[in-house]
Amino acid sequence: MAFFLETLIGGLMAGMLYSLVALGFVLIYKASGVFNFAQGAMVLFAALAMARFSEWIPKWTGIDNLVVANLIAFALAGVCMFVVAWLIERLVLRHLVNQEGATLLMATLGIAYFLEGLGQTLFGSDIYKIDVGMPKDPIFMLESAFQGGILVNKEDVIAAAIAAALVVLLSVFFQKTTTGRALRAVADDHQAAQSIGIPLNRIWVIVWCVAGVVALVSGMIWGSKLGVQFSLTTIALRALPVVILGGLTSVPGAILGGLIIGVGEKLSEVYLGPFVGGGIEIWFAYVLALVFLLFRPQGLFGEKIIDRV
Amino acid sequence: MLYRENGQFKTSYRADQQIFPITQDRVFIGLLLAVAFLGVPLLASDYLYASIFIPFVIMSLAAIGVNILVGYCGQISLGSGAFMAVGAYGAYNFFVRIPGLPLIPAVILGGLCAMAFGILFGLPSLRVKGLYLAVATLAAQFFSDWMFLRIKWLTNDSASGSVSVTGLQVLGLPLQSPAAKYLFCLSVLVVVALLAKNLVRGAIGREWMAIRDMDVAAAVIGIRPMYAKLSAFAVSSFIIGMAGALWAFVHLGSWEPAAFSVEISFRLLFMVIIGGLGSIMGGFFGAAFIVVLPIALNRFLPAFMDLFGVQISTAGVSHAELMIFGGLIVWFLIVEPHGLAKLWSMGKQKLRLWPFPH
Repeated sequence: MAFFLETLIGGLMAGMLYSLVALGFVLIYKASGVFNFAQGAMVLFAALAMARFSEWIPKWTGIDNLVVANLIAFALAGVCMFVVAWLIERLVLRHLVNQEGATLLMATLGIAYFLEGLGQTLFGSDIYKIDVGMPKDPIFMLESAFQGGILVNKEDVIAAAIAAALVVLLSVFFQKTTTGRALRAVADDHQAAQSIGIPLNRIWVIVWCVAGVVALVSGMIWGSKLGVQFSLTTIALRALPVVILGGLTSVPGAILGGLIIGVGEKLSEVYLGPFVGGGIEIWFAYVLALVFLLFRPQGLFGEKIIDRV
Repeated sequence: MLYRENGQFKTSYRADQQIFPITQDRVFIGLLLAVAFLGVPLLASDYLYASIFIPFVIMSLAAIGVNILVGYCGQISLGSGAFMAVGAYGAYNFFVRIPGLPLIPAVILGGLCAMAFGILFGLPSLRVKGLYLAVATLAAQFFSDWMFLRIKWLTNDSASGSVSVTGLQVLGLPLQSPAAKYLFCLSVLVVVALLAKNLVRGAIGREWMAIRDMDVAAAVIGIRPMYAKLSAFAVSSFIIGMAGALWAFVHLGSWEPAAFSVEISFRLLFMVIIGGLGSIMGGFFGAAFIVVLPIALNRFLPAFMDLFGVQISTAGVSHAELMIFGGLIVWFLIVEPHGLAKLWSMGKQKLRLWPFPH
């Protein structure tokens, strides 16, 4: 039982991180109808920027306080993501308005290639580490209930807390601010939003910026867990089942989907993996999402798809 | 001037409905085939065969398969790499387990394996559409990656799924020289392209296109969505599977599951979109573009940078390659979202009317 709970909690933590990446997909899809395959490349780009700036800043300015250096690096990486978001809107999306979904999907794949190349040209292509001072030591919980307690990684708990905080922040932003309301209006209907004077182009820049910040946060967390390297881009592929499970248009869906996928992956790997040779994590999530889609084609919380001739 | 159809009167329904109704087109295609079958073997070097011609021919074949599914039936698929892998490993299994099996049956059997796999993973398309389906087809990709790495029986108990084949034979002749390999792949391509072209001109092709344009409307006028979608998956994955078998057997010789990663799926989709969705011709253009571009960049980029006095490292070249590749794709999608095939047909239209604008 203790082992089961341990796996479950590990799955929930991992799921929280997946939903963080998934959030980036959902934000952009909601606002502009673009399925952004470049999210993984954005995570890599942001993490590379963050890692290198936090390495360079003590050298440039002589600040050797870890917290201050990291904060400055975070801000600079954020600025980088803003510039990237603005360029993407200006150079790509603006010219591709009203194209089909497949064309836009391919365009974001092109952006992904470009960002991967650019990030590695600017910041180098070795493995870097981000040290934001997260404690790495595991802690034991519920020792009174089970013998030996449950092993939980402190780093995971903090990461999950950050992810949860970001989600709350984003929902407040979407629900309570004027810009958030404009974003939701654009998501509902482009033309109607434009006709009441909401500037579409600016909204797109804002939403890509928000997605950039989400990418930065997830890049920071994943980067400090695994090291900043090229394989960070595959995280986007890991997060895709989360998005379709939760529904492409739903923020709560991304969270819940992330948790389901995280738990499903871990439990399947532990209890099912040994029978089929292990390593099933990566496709199990997809198959789980696929089976789910057979019953609800629009995902958990997605808008109901109505076909009209 | 030369490209006119004046005076070419069709006297029978058959003549009116042939693939190339204009005489000049037939002459052009005949010349093109002559160049491909006779001209290339006279001129090409071994390097050109291995790096450009054979990959181009096999990738065109795969692109035709992807185009049937994505361009004609409108089902976006990111699992093409998996279909290629199943074709390759399926053919390998038959080739190893049946001693002395010639190449052609092995390739066809590999295609049939891919077809079964494609139908299985095409089943979700009956419920799920559009981008959801695109993601769902990734399941096929990751499943096949895992399957050929972990299930030892499928790779004849070889470590980490890397296998190799030797002693290929076609009609009793050994297939060893690059020229022979090229001619063999080209023959397969020509046959399959002809079959595919006729398929999409026929009743079933029209059903696919109706499903693509609006599946509910197609169902209302009596087209069975299940039959149409699954047949598109079957035909497409059969062709992609054959391409996969050729890629593995003829081009690579020895390979591992990573040769058919999700990267290949993306590239195939690029080929189809850059070449032109819903056009057999587009597959060729797209394949040529995607196969030649990285090689050209690799070759000319360092020299080009030298002109500006910038030395560029090997890693730098590969990063610049990624950037240029990505940038060109985006640029292409912006400038001509309907692909190179559209440019081709526009050019033809203009030539027909020349020198008048309308």
